[in-house]
Amino acid sequence: MSWPYPVDPYWMAALKALLVVVALLTAFAFMTLIERRLLARFQIRLGPNRVGPWGLFQPIADAIKSIFKEDLVVARADRVLFVLAPLLAVTFALLAFGAIPFGPPGSFFGYNPWVLNLDLGLLYLFAVGEMAIYGIFLAGWASGSKYSLLGSLRASAALFSYSLGLGAALLAPVLLVGSLNLNEIVLWQRENGWLILYAFPAFLLYSIAALAEAARTPFDLPEAEQELVGGYHTEYSSIKWALFQMAEYIHLITASALIPTLFLGGWTMPFLEVPYLWMLVKMALLLFLFIWIRATWFRLRYDQLLRFGWGFLFPAALVWFLATALVVALDLPRSLLLYLSLAAFLLLLGALLYSPKPVRKGGGA
Amino acid sequence: MAPIAEYVNILIYLGVALFIGLAALVVGALLGPKKPDRAKLMPYESGNDPAGEVRRFPVHFYVVAMLFILFDVEIAFLWPYAVSAGGLGFYGFLGVVGFTLLLLVGFLYEWWKGVMRWR
Repeated sequence: MSWPYPVDPYWMAALKALLVVVALLTAFAFMTLIERRLLARFQIRLGPNRVGPWGLFQPIADAIKSIFKEDLVVARADRVLFVLAPLLAVTFALLAFGAIPFGPPGSFFGYNPWVLNLDLGLLYLFAVGEMAIYGIFLAGWASGSKYSLLGSLRASAALFSYSLGLGAALLAPVLLVGSLNLNEIVLWQRENGWLILYAFPAFLLYSIAALAEAARTPFDLPEAEQELVGGYHTEYSSIKWALFQMAEYIHLITASALIPTLFLGGWTMPFLEVPYLWMLVKMALLLFLFIWIRATWFRLRYDQLLRFGWGFLFPAALVWFLATALVVALDLPRSLLLYLSLAAFLLLLGALLYSPKPVRKGGGA
Repeated sequence: MAPIAEYVNILIYLGVALFIGLAALVVGALLGPKKPDRAKLMPYESGNDPAGEVRRFPVHFYVVAMLFILFDVEIAFLWPYAVSAGGLGFYGFLGVVGFTLLLLVGFLYEWWKGVMRWR
């Protein structure tokens, strides 16, 4: 197979990489503000609105504060790894985003609206995602504190348990598209319709796993303030702590860009197809959904978290993979998957609507 | 096949990301007060010196990691099939089902043994 996509010169790739990195850092800063404002709205209060108009300078104030704080390396820490861990975490969080296409070739002022366009794009994303776990584990190990160590172990065990579900859920769309390249996946959806229609269960499982990969509610045990004193970054202060927060939020932003790319048509749209615009709209909607979930859902307990990942997410993803494989292997009409997906959706909806009300134990209001 | 230039781009991207991360670390380390004292440098332990060596932990994390390695290998074997399923036809599908069932038996054994029930 020849390569239908143009390749940018190296200086342009470097420029775009820099642009993506800086844009992600800015997006992270302002997403923290938007999240605080939205959480406030959900709880019928105002959120930060003192620093600048609508609190717009709050992220800048926070950044300046964290840069000028005392940068401590605790006495029992492994000095090299303690510094290396936040660097690893943030570097590999940043790396994934460059592979996501935001438009057709040449739509970035004549260049490509992506930094990386690999034929093994999805495998690259998994590899980078799993490298990020090293940063978290090393952070806990290097701190030399039992809270940090336990926090990091729990975080990394949860992360790679769910990255398994992530991989298994993505097998089904790959079967349909027949390629691991993200551009191919988006273009397939332009021709045949969004993959969520063909693979609703895979979409759901992938989204749940992605939420857990970004350590967000309901899966945010690693950083539960009430547990383990804050998890693997207990001993970190100043910019190093900020780098971990940054890495985590960038994982969330990446997830909110990957879910549309893989299942919701990416930058394509059945009408008014404008590069960038729809992708950003879809990302914003998903981020809003994630914040909404955070505002309204309780946390899972740690054993429930792992049991859900191993006992439900992973097997369910494999079952859907086998169903899709049967359709593709026998070359049955793909519309069969549309019906199957719809059936799964209706089944789930019905189960949600008609599930018995939980019985409240022991009185209470 | 992607041209090799796309892979060079990964290195470029990695370099840029590392550079920005390092810059942040250096800026953070240079700025700010530096007045460490014994109490400040202690690990979090409510003012007490933490007791004992901490670098030992429950074995179930080891089990989770082993399971992850096994089943990630399974997924690694499933990827090539997922890409070329149409060309492999029904026999390819049967082969993949056989392989998946084999690992499913292992999975069920772990499940009933209670390895995945963390208490």
